[in-house]
Amino acid sequence: MKRQSQKQTDEATSMHHLGVRTATTGDEANEALLRQLVAHLRQNRTQLREEWASHITEAELLTSMSKEEIFTEATSVYDNYVAVLETGSVEALQAYARNLSERIIPRGVETHEVVGIVLLLRDTLARSLFKKYQGDFNLLNRVLDAYEPAANRIANTVAVSFVQERERIIRQQQEAIRELSTPVLQVRERLLILPIIGVIDTQRARQLTEQLLRGIRDNRAKVVVVDITGVPTIDSKVANHLVQTVEASRLMGASVIITGLSSEIAQTLVTIGVDLSKVNAVGDLQGGIEEAERLLGYEVIRASQSMNPEGQA
Amino acid sequence: MANESRIPIRTTADIVTARQKGRILAMELGFDGSDLTVIATAISEVARNIIDHAKSGEVIITRGNQGGKRGICVVAHDSGPGIADVEQAMQYGYSTRNGLGIGLPGAKLLMDEFNISSVAGQGTTITMRKWRH
Amino acid sequence: MRVPILKQGDYLIASVQSVLSDDDLQLLRDDLADRVGRFRSRGVIIDVTVLDVIDSFATRTLRAIAHMLKLRGAHTVIVGIQPDVAFAMVQLGLTLAGVGTALDLEEGLEYLGGRAHRLHEHRSFGSREEDRLGHPLRTGRHSHEHHSSRPRDEDENDHPGHASQRSLEYGQ
Repeated sequence: MKRQSQKQTDEATSMHHLGVRTATTGDEANEALLRQLVAHLRQNRTQLREEWASHITEAELLTSMSKEEIFTEATSVYDNYVAVLETGSVEALQAYARNLSERIIPRGVETHEVVGIVLLLRDTLARSLFKKYQGDFNLLNRVLDAYEPAANRIANTVAVSFVQERERIIRQQQEAIRELSTPVLQVRERLLILPIIGVIDTQRARQLTEQLLRGIRDNRAKVVVVDITGVPTIDSKVANHLVQTVEASRLMGASVIITGLSSEIAQTLVTIGVDLSKVNAVGDLQGGIEEAERLLGYEVIRASQSMNPEGQA
Repeated sequence: MANESRIPIRTTADIVTARQKGRILAMELGFDGSDLTVIATAISEVARNIIDHAKSGEVIITRGNQGGKRGICVVAHDSGPGIADVEQAMQYGYSTRNGLGIGLPGAKLLMDEFNISSVAGQGTTITMRKWRH
Repeated sequence: MRVPILKQGDYLIASVQSVLSDDDLQLLRDDLADRVGRFRSRGVIIDVTVLDVIDSFATRTLRAIAHMLKLRGAHTVIVGIQPDVAFAMVQLGLTLAGVGTALDLEEGLEYLGGRAHRLHEHRSFGSREEDRLGHPLRTGRHSHEHHSSRPRDEDENDHPGHASQRSLEYGQ
């Protein structure tokens, strides 16, 4: 997914690049202007960078970062910015933007802040160009013709990189949540419990089954108790997934006991005609564990009774 | 990244080749977990159908993107006698041979899309796709 | 590649070593039929740990092998079906009904051992099988550990319904 959207960005930026060239009188003139521009930005680096940083503070952006941090990052962004103007290549900027996003996203920096600071830099630099070329309106126009598309492209690159990084983190977290939501627990040797909580859709059912089957292999489980007390509704599709889970477990040599089927769900399943003849169901989790222990050959005896085994009736 | 695999199917050993190549391509296309085995199994079924009914044919595995969806596309083609009654052949448990009659209907269950077209005397083409979730 | 078959006491162990072609599978069937007769084996373990795909043909053949060997007096247990393979099989609608399954070789041996123990208790092989096959599948319960099978079989005599419940691995 990432690769795909990455490619789209690249295409978009290269098309943009094409637009820059046709809009001006020619590559060479354009490049000469950009060189001039870069020289100007390098010369005034210290001053412009400070101006930009103070604009950021005024606009109350990046409030979760300290002044020193803002200044350090601002320096990097500034240098990357100038480098893009000079080389026309956004690759280094992209890599930097992703790295930056990775560092600042966990600190709660929002998309509007990142877009905001890049736009502020764009405007700060544009102002300095106005000032420098205010005597020659034609030249100013040509400088802006060269500057604006490149500047917009940079803003676009940084924003897209940030959003992509955020999406990547969200996906990662979703994955983690999904795994947390279906924990496969070993309660005894050879006995696993899979408590399912929440709505089961096809995607989750697949993941759940995969996890359970791997759990059976890794824990050498012989009996599994799947507790669905926390599942609000079950339709025929989900029921069939449950049946598949039971059958796949058997193929691996493990038995499944389903617990927590509410009377409503049981009614529904009977009404829609799901074949649950292969499913071993026990009322509640406790009963399911007792049944599992029985299957495994355990016998639970009260400590006081176990002192006198003959005594149990 | 190789975007396409063409595997001629003439012997039962080619069935194994087809499903192995399918698994590799599926992995390259970003499939993971049990989906890889599911795709390999479906390829096995359609490749076997070629051996069983047409003696020889071809399995073509490609990237199967459509709209915003990304996935894998498997085409199994033969120039055999064709299937007289496609609907019947796609019934789970129906078989013209001594098998279980699970092969093609089973492959359909494994994949997200499954199309079969057959012309008597000219051959059969099966096109199936699976999307990444 | 021909599947090697090991003799271990009353049992035969066939360990699949690499991907199996259809011909290999049929050869395995013939080899097992031959050896079960020759060694008068009571149980056969087929280890399929290395198989990354078990399609309808392989399932059909494994089932046919199990049923044929049963007619020759040996019980078959398939061991080592991998998680993804098991999942793909059930999505395809293949459940290896009527064939024993266990996690791995060790479990397979225990499975056959526990089974022999129970058969010994009941002596009558035939009626036992009829009992198992005659009842519809009810549960996915597993065979028991060796030491635990004895008391439970006694229990079965008191509650005949339980026998069919636990017969899943053989039944259907």
